[in-house]
Amino acid sequence: MTSTQPTTRSQPTERTCPFNPPEEYRTIREEAPVTPATFPDGAKGWMVTSYEDVRAMLADPRFGSNRRQLRPGDPAPDDAPLPPPSPGMFIMMDAPEHTRFRRMLTGQFTVRRMQKLVPVVEQFVAERLAEMESAEGPVDLVQSYALPIPSLVICELLGVPYEDREDFQRDSAQMLRLDASREEAQQANQAMSRYIGKLAVAKRAHPTDDILSGLAQAGVLTDEELGGVGALLLLAGHETTANMIALGTMCLLNNPDQLAALRAEPELMDNAVEELLRYLTIIQFGLRRTALEDVELGGQRIEAGSVVVAALPAGNRDATHFSGDPETLDVRRPYRPHLAFGHGIHQCIGQQLARVEMKAALSALIERFPTLRLAVPADQVPMRDDMLIYGVHKLPVTW
Amino acid sequence: MKVIIDEDKCVGAGQCVLSAAEVFDQRDEDGIVVLLDAAPQDAQRAPVEEAAARCPALAIEVLP
Repeated sequence: MTSTQPTTRSQPTERTCPFNPPEEYRTIREEAPVTPATFPDGAKGWMVTSYEDVRAMLADPRFGSNRRQLRPGDPAPDDAPLPPPSPGMFIMMDAPEHTRFRRMLTGQFTVRRMQKLVPVVEQFVAERLAEMESAEGPVDLVQSYALPIPSLVICELLGVPYEDREDFQRDSAQMLRLDASREEAQQANQAMSRYIGKLAVAKRAHPTDDILSGLAQAGVLTDEELGGVGALLLLAGHETTANMIALGTMCLLNNPDQLAALRAEPELMDNAVEELLRYLTIIQFGLRRTALEDVELGGQRIEAGSVVVAALPAGNRDATHFSGDPETLDVRRPYRPHLAFGHGIHQCIGQQLARVEMKAALSALIERFPTLRLAVPADQVPMRDDMLIYGVHKLPVTW
Repeated sequence: MKVIIDEDKCVGAGQCVLSAAEVFDQRDEDGIVVLLDAAPQDAQRAPVEEAAARCPALAIEVLP
């Protein structure tokens, strides 16, 4: 049975604290966890904010994954038909097309494979720390540490030359900028896909021991698809983790009791990584889906064709699911499943890699620099309110 | 306790292995779930139930 339709809300975007999602989410979640909503790009549809409803929605194949990207500066008309996803962009596909791509890749990111990668990650971490130490503070932790580590690792895994990072880091940033026009974002995506496509074609003739060579040799993807898949893995492989390392560090510095607990009991780090992922939920505007048919969710009837947004940051603060006070950072909070990696068939394919990288990077950083601190007042740290993936643009630190 | 897995649903996220490595593993070639123990001891109940709850593809069923 459906209940009365709640009033239309706007998806909130203004934060009052750099570590908390906009405060309005709490009221919306309590009053109307599945609500009609308008979005920053002008789209109208539904917003889902409770943990249980977000999970139900993301696991439901009646919500398709093809959608328009959030572009506040360049809204698309609601009634224009959705263009098909670009080649290899499997996060915007449904089964069975999505399954074909996902199954080609999952073997590369298993728990066991990622555990075997720990020494490689730790080596990169040690090298960056040594360099930071010789530079003497203050340094920008993003450029010196948080960005290089996952970039080096994903380059190694994919078989992308790290020397080319300036280009792919610039293209990635362009794709994630909220004020980039649809055209600019598309051009950046195409540039990255072409670059990866060329690399893959070269590897087909002269394979090396990496994911791109494996995909190219398997011979089931077109050159365009190879470029698209590789570009997606490259972007997702460095931007997300880089932001979790930098923002996670800033958040720990802002919670000295939690940082002290981690220093005193390093074995808390696995749980702390999950807690930081939950607490900071950097996919700050959530995940967008399109209703493929009429669906009843949380007592509301969502019509076919509706834009539906799973507000991950709201679901990850839901006190009906998490124990204690979910509005605080607590590295000892008993683990409960969270939404930071999404849910459903698209849940982050690289999550085991992200865990390994965050653990290695955060553990070593706080151990090496016992007096680590911000080199500017916290309110002068430029936050990534203007990017699809939240975090800090820069993090000046000293020790 | 009895555990049933659905390989077709599995998306290889690895959540089950993190929760209960004695009961679940992943195939090396494609990351799909491998059930190591279809009838785990009761001591494994909490981790196995966590694995089922974490699975993003709802591919794990736990029967009493």
